[in-house]
Amino acid sequence: MLTIADKTFTSRLFVGTGKFSSSDIMRQALEASECEMVTVALRRVELDDPGDDIMQAIGGGKFFFLPNTAGARDAVEAVRLARLARAAGGGNWLKLEVTPDPRTLLPDPVETLKAAEELVQDGFVVLPYINADPVLALRLQEVGAAAVMPLGAPIGTNRGLLTRPLLEIIIEQMEVPVVVDAGIGTPSQAAAAMEMGADAVLVNTAIAVAGDPVAMAAAFGQAVIAGRRAYKAGLGAIACRAAASSPQTGLEFLR
Amino acid sequence: MKIIVNGEERFLETEILVTDYVKSLDLDPETVVVEVDGRIITRQDYQSTLLLDGAEVELIRFIGGGQDADDCR
Amino acid sequence: MNNFSLPDFKQLRDMSRRADEAAVQQALRTNRPTLNDLAALLSPAAGRRITALAARSAEITRQRFGCAIQIYAPIYVSNYCINRCAYCGFSAGNRIKRRVLDIDEAAREAELLKGRGVNHILLVSGESPERAGVDYFVALAQRLRDHFAAISIEIQPLDEDEYAQLFAAGITSVAVYQETYDRELYPTLHLSGKKRDYDYRLATPQRAAAAGMREVGIGALLGLSDWRAEGMALGMHLAWLRHQFWRTALTVSFPRLQPAAGGFTALQQVGERQLSQLLFALRIFDHDVGLLISTREEARYRDGMLGLGPTRYSAGSCTAPGGYSDEQEATEQFEVDDHRSVDEVCAVIRQRGLEPVRKDWDAGFQMAASA
Ligand code: SF4
Repeated sequence: MLTIADKTFTSRLFVGTGKFSSSDIMRQALEASECEMVTVALRRVELDDPGDDIMQAIGGGKFFFLPNTAGARDAVEAVRLARLARAAGGGNWLKLEVTPDPRTLLPDPVETLKAAEELVQDGFVVLPYINADPVLALRLQEVGAAAVMPLGAPIGTNRGLLTRPLLEIIIEQMEVPVVVDAGIGTPSQAAAAMEMGADAVLVNTAIAVAGDPVAMAAAFGQAVIAGRRAYKAGLGAIACRAAASSPQTGLEFLR
Repeated sequence: MKIIVNGEERFLETEILVTDYVKSLDLDPETVVVEVDGRIITRQDYQSTLLLDGAEVELIRFIGGGQDADDCR
Repeated sequence: MNNFSLPDFKQLRDMSRRADEAAVQQALRTNRPTLNDLAALLSPAAGRRITALAARSAEITRQRFGCAIQIYAPIYVSNYCINRCAYCGFSAGNRIKRRVLDIDEAAREAELLKGRGVNHILLVSGESPERAGVDYFVALAQRLRDHFAAISIEIQPLDEDEYAQLFAAGITSVAVYQETYDRELYPTLHLSGKKRDYDYRLATPQRAAAAGMREVGIGALLGLSDWRAEGMALGMHLAWLRHQFWRTALTVSFPRLQPAAGGFTALQQVGERQLSQLLFALRIFDHDVGLLISTREEARYRDGMLGLGPTRYSAGSCTAPGGYSDEQEATEQFEVDDHRSVDEVCAVIRQRGLEPVRKDWDAGFQMAASA
């Protein structure tokens, strides 16, 4: 069971709801993945073409909604989006994203920390999206973040766990859950993150743009379960050390 | 009278309650947030808040969105 | 903040005896050891694999600390003490020659050490707030701060605001040993004085860390209670402090009971093999912890352990107040077993292909407490 703040989840896969070809496919994919937590964004209604209401497609309590602040470029914008999300019935949970650089969409650590502090004070359960920066993760934990969501690779690159050594440090040191976000392009990468001891992973694009999003969603669901099981089972370290059998370090001096 | 909705000018016959305006656009009042002149209108107040001439209105709701901001562009 | 607490000591004792060969293998392989792995490393089964422990410990130490061995020397500033600890030469009940150095005298000792190439000093005293209290150490730190890279203290436990004052004055780190984590044994050894309060002492490292100290040291006096269980307690204390105070560097010391005035004999025999196993186990459990070996140990042992896990050595030590200026001075806390000079110790370190480091910070840079 994954516990974040006061909620527990059976599934350790979070799924983003962007980029699906239709809300029907999205709903089927979410169901196939057996995820419980889904992220959603907030936008102005297109007045002339309101389109489908995501709440109609996947609302109704089946999934737990995690609104994000996608598009916010600084703390002020993020806080505003957060309050709108809460007013829109999104509850007080929030995936905090502050991405000032439209080219890379990398998160701004300074503004993220500022916004997190303010939002925690305001009663939000804050899950910040961050670069894989161990010290920033600790600072966020100190101001009351409920989890941290470090990236595995720059967004949209599908390159997996490029930040592995830093993720290892974050996973080892944090009290709050660690959700690996961004960069995971294949089920094997999701499994690898879970094997490392990540508490959960968030996947969106890799499912949404797959040839068969529903089948891919199921594959991710299974990969996350397999990775978690392997972690719990206690992986043997890659044993390339002969050290244990033939040490060069003599202990003859001992009395 | 004229109001600004999501940055666009809209013309209305008369002043109108928020709840009625939202319905007139075929939207579910339960799933949109309304901001009038920079203030969030809570759902209980939809029935009692009138849109007056010149009001600046934002209508916002959840859309699909994942891990990356560019999902939403 | 909540306080650090420990399971029952007997439970720790049992935990540290259970492991089999397979559990030891697993603990030697993993990169992220758990408390179960620590228990395995402290077990009798691991004792039979001590060379493997040494190799793993050496490997981690080299990875994390490179070739550096830090050097420090203690200055005993006072041997007055209000406590009666059954095992200690400074104990209030012992009729020994007492002395507290005044600031000038202490500064002279420091100068002598500086002249011998020591840049990190450890100010040590018995526990007597009247003779050597916070004001005394503040004055001394202000006098010394611009001349030393690091100034540590090993004195009576203080409150958080007092540590903050000392930090602002230039003290960089605090060492305070629980002596024994065995709650039942503790009162039978700490017969009177403030030190009888087990819990106040146990919470001392966290008060020092909360006050912003750069480094906090813990330890257990080996020879009092079951060393394997003390090892479990040390590991748990370390892990807890790491999580609560990530800004604070941590160290562990391994004082073994030595003959001292009062004639106390050890309750448990802790030989060199056991001491080494404990040290290796903690290194494998916590890759980043600083591990200290003092001149309580013989030169042969200290030299042999170079590169295998310890990261800091005292050198050229004298454990009596004023002892650097005058060899005849007041009674020592314990007998030193490595009598070599700082230069001699450094020469041996270099011979082993390691680098003695006398400086890694400047106490003079330190600003008023920020935590
Ligand atoms: S161990 Fe410390 S407190 Fe106890 S008698 Fe010795 S100097 Fe005093």
